[in-house]
Amino acid sequence: MKRSFVLLFVCALMLASCAARAPQPIAAAPLRGTGDLGLIIEREKGSVLIIEHSTDTALGRVEGLGDLSHAAAVISRDGRYAYVFGRDGGITKVDLLTQTIAKRIVQAGNSIGGAISADGRIVAAQNYAPGGVKLFDADTLELLADIPTLDSATGQASKVVGLADFPGNRFAFSLFEAGAIWVIDASNPRAPQVTKYPAIGKQPYDGLGSMNGRYYIAGLYGEDGLALIDFWHPEAGVRRILDGYGRGGEAMPVYKMPHLRGWAVSDGRAFFPAIGHNAVLVADTRDWREVKQIPVAGQPVFAMVSPDGRRVWVNFAFPDNNTVQVIDVPTLSVVHTMKPCKGVLHFEFAPRGEEVWLSCRDDNRVEIYDTQTFARKAVLPAQSPSGIFFTWRSTRLGL
Amino acid sequence: MSAGGRALLLISIAVAGFAQAQPLLSQSQPAAERQQQLLHLLRNDCGACHGMTRKGGLGLPLTAAALREKPDELLVATILDGRAGTAMPPWRRFLTEAEAQWLVTLLKQDTP
Repeated sequence: MKRSFVLLFVCALMLASCAARAPQPIAAAPLRGTGDLGLIIEREKGSVLIIEHSTDTALGRVEGLGDLSHAAAVISRDGRYAYVFGRDGGITKVDLLTQTIAKRIVQAGNSIGGAISADGRIVAAQNYAPGGVKLFDADTLELLADIPTLDSATGQASKVVGLADFPGNRFAFSLFEAGAIWVIDASNPRAPQVTKYPAIGKQPYDGLGSMNGRYYIAGLYGEDGLALIDFWHPEAGVRRILDGYGRGGEAMPVYKMPHLRGWAVSDGRAFFPAIGHNAVLVADTRDWREVKQIPVAGQPVFAMVSPDGRRVWVNFAFPDNNTVQVIDVPTLSVVHTMKPCKGVLHFEFAPRGEEVWLSCRDDNRVEIYDTQTFARKAVLPAQSPSGIFFTWRSTRLGL
Repeated sequence: MSAGGRALLLISIAVAGFAQAQPLLSQSQPAAERQQQLLHLLRNDCGACHGMTRKGGLGLPLTAAALREKPDELLVATILDGRAGTAMPPWRRFLTEAEAQWLVTLLKQDTP
């Protein structure tokens, strides 16, 4: 009798201390949705902040995600989990509701990102070392398939960049060294079919899938231009667009590679960061001809359209990464310039775009702006923040 | 001289020898504040391609093991002037030669 009392007491103590330190177990927490949740990568600390954009607050921090010096996340179909891909080849499945790590694996030596399939059942990781793409079960993170990029002729395994999902559980990605685009049909995820498009151009550095699932576009570092596949006409193969946009002009040194994911399409135009030039490239999406090169404050890293399509927000590479500019879509001109903080690495819109969150790496904070007035609404402390990923991404192709 | 004294002498000689092997480092140390800026640049801006922990990314690894066989002059020149045909840009606009040398010495020692 006495012994069982002691046991009960110990149990109660343990429960109390758990409740004080850790997030409440889900059964005890009030019911809530995940539509206004998201996470912010803290790159040096290897942690993520769980945030709620209805209240512009941080709800908690999850630690132990490994090397997040370059990291990206995709969101599960139900909006509850984030799969965080770290530089160390780790994939960490974070439960946004309980603020805990549901599962973590290390699947490669060096990795920078991934994608999730149209049906939400497959998580795909793109790897630098040893190269290639791996497919995992989204529930268990069990390995389903390995698609190596080793070229038996040269003995070189290409780094994989620009992995994006497409309808029919397909994925497309680019091979940096080989200068190729590969498309995986993972409708049978344990036996994916690979279609290879060689000789697409020199050194593709990133790629994107359009939000209607129609286009895959790879940006080229080694040439002035981009490579495009139209999935409505895959038999047409890869075509070059915006060829020679530098027009023989000398490219400036590139201190940070642009990112294409989260690209901007609005009003029949696509907006791309130019590489080696202080410009945002605008192409007509009907024929992909160049419409304009918009001069901007530096070399763009991200050019992303607000959800209403009216404006394109742009951040910049070192040494101009203290600046953010806003382009007006109808007039294709810069309408706002601000210098919010040091080291603006990334930004994310709320689902309907009334506010935008900026990560300020060197100032250890995240700033939240009203997108209509450009007024600062809130500041949240964050340690060396980089990528910001809200749960609305789970509902979009290409993200 | 006792055995202990001899050992001490030997250690002293070894330490002196070690100090002499690195005259460049001590002569061209950037000021403390500048060192912090350079370390920040190394972690974040070099790290954008080479990884914050320097294990490589789109750029090659910059670990001590990866750099050991490469002469300092080559590495300093690569930092200052970039390397044609690759994505490595020139940093001469942001760094002096002495600062580049300081970074190379640091990298070869795997200092954080």
